[in-house]
Amino acid sequence: MQISPHSRRYRMPLGSLALLGLFVIGLILPAFASRSVIQDLFFILTMLTLAQLWNLIAGFGGMVSVGQQAFVGIGAYAMFAGVILWGWDPVPAILLGGLAAFVLAIPMAFFAFRLQGAYFAIGTWVIAEVARLLLAQWKTLGGGTGTSLPREATADIVGVQSIADLFGLRDAAARDVLAFWLALALALGTIAAIHALLRSRTGLALAAVRDNDNAARSVGVDARRVKWAVFLTAATMTGIVGALIYVQTARISPDAAFSVTNWTAYVIFIVVIGGIGRLEGPIVGVMVFWGLQTAFADYGSWYLLALGLIAIVVMLFAPRGLWGVISHHSGLTLFPVQRRLLIEGHPHD
Amino acid sequence: MIWLDTIVQGLLLGGLYALFAAGLSLVFGIMRLVNLAHGDLIIVAAFTILTITEMSGLNPFLAALIAAPFMFAAGWALQRFVLNRVLGTDILPPLLVTFGLSVALQNGMLEVFSADSQRIRIGALESASISLGSVTVGTLPLLTFGSAVLVIFGLNQIFYKTALGRAFRATSDDVVMASLVGINPKSMFAIASGIAMVTVTIAALYLGMRSNFDPSIGPARLIYAFEAVIIGGVGSLWGTLVGGAIIGVAQTMGAQINPEWQILAGHLAFLAVLIVRPRGLFPRAVD
Repeated sequence: MQISPHSRRYRMPLGSLALLGLFVIGLILPAFASRSVIQDLFFILTMLTLAQLWNLIAGFGGMVSVGQQAFVGIGAYAMFAGVILWGWDPVPAILLGGLAAFVLAIPMAFFAFRLQGAYFAIGTWVIAEVARLLLAQWKTLGGGTGTSLPREATADIVGVQSIADLFGLRDAAARDVLAFWLALALALGTIAAIHALLRSRTGLALAAVRDNDNAARSVGVDARRVKWAVFLTAATMTGIVGALIYVQTARISPDAAFSVTNWTAYVIFIVVIGGIGRLEGPIVGVMVFWGLQTAFADYGSWYLLALGLIAIVVMLFAPRGLWGVISHHSGLTLFPVQRRLLIEGHPHD
Repeated sequence: MIWLDTIVQGLLLGGLYALFAAGLSLVFGIMRLVNLAHGDLIIVAAFTILTITEMSGLNPFLAALIAAPFMFAAGWALQRFVLNRVLGTDILPPLLVTFGLSVALQNGMLEVFSADSQRIRIGALESASISLGSVTVGTLPLLTFGSAVLVIFGLNQIFYKTALGRAFRATSDDVVMASLVGINPKSMFAIASGIAMVTVTIAALYLGMRSNFDPSIGPARLIYAFEAVIIGGVGSLWGTLVGGAIIGVAQTMGAQINPEWQILAGHLAFLAVLIVRPRGLFPRAVD
């Protein structure tokens, strides 16, 4: 009898087709959509990417970080430094954001990996605070009050002029379109990359480490290496997203860029409500989050109070989130990453 | 001489941080749970004490005495009806639930009490001071430090000298074995959380009398408390006091050099300890 671990259910997963479709729609969307729709989509896509990345390290890797705002913040600041200090174009300067987040993630992992479980969470938070306090000392970039991208820099971003001509938009709107496309590429690229990772040997190793560190080691998984690799990758990508968000915002302050509410609490709620440990979870979660925010943002703190309570209720009664409920009842999977034993002669599907 | 003064002030500030941390240390020692809403619960207790003093005109110490049983009940109920449901081998659910609670509490307080800074007024005691040879210390900080020592001593007495403490230690060491000998771990967890909330009430009393507070400052208190626990070593209550003192001294020394460096210096001291002694100075529990 031959037993083989098998993970492929569809030759081309439903999700991949959907991603491709979304990409094409996204490319032509600016021709019809209004500027506010483009801005909303930018917000949704960047939050989705942050949520996917947090889901990767926490949901798939078991590393519950409450310090993701460190990477958003340092990424944004590195982009600002590139533009203001060295005269870079803001778009290539986004890569500086990724680099800076990568560099910050090394000492962060070094410290935080010394802490077990729950203490890991607060350890990452402390490092994010240290990064915020240090950057608030950087007077050239506005110190504690922050600064804006200079008008010259935002005015001649490469590509904006052609977008403006193509869709007949003004410069500011064309910048939003460029930011939207970059966010779309990042979101779809991140989902595709995480999907590919989870279906690879490394993804299997990651799941093994999350479920039982010692058992994973005993079957030859290099747990430290897997955790480091995933943590650093997610940090780098989070830095890139952070830099992109602040290219669009064009104004930065330490408190906003390192906000634990905006870049970590929201992200955690999105993942928890949608379904942690599933690629589909953050997608469902970000839609619910955006819907709630559009409907109730005027209620200010009542809205946040409700969001916190919803997360608690979901954790108590549907720990696999909304997607877990949907998928349990319908058997639907957009991005199959589960592995099942196939025993020859007894095909399961 | 200025440095001696700085160190003494730092030590006394550390007493306040040890009070923040005592409940966190107790709860983690027993059930390996980190309550991310711990700091916000301190602020809830501070607002409760403030409301009682304002409504009844009672002395804040008496008000805290009245608040304490309610906080015990709140901690007990939170553990019994919410946290016990999510405790298990997976650390994610309790973390996420307490994180949700933290955000909900902050915003709930914002609606009820507004974002205005508040303070628990205590009259002459606010500015009273005692001269100890070459150093002058405030009576209130001294009282805070004394209370921290008493709280830690009290918790240690409960933990090592009473039947309840024996049950706590048994549960901490091995939940399954503890339940085999007739201890109900979930009930132990609920009582421990209740006791932690009593220490939170004491911490809130001194926090509110010492400085202004508003609904947003809870998370920073959680971080100081957490640093004190880790520096001291998980499971060691006296270690938590030492940890609080180290954070306090680092902060006042940082502030002495540059006022903007106060908080940063505390964090850096924590990271330095983490490099040298990853398990803290006096680790007890083995995880």
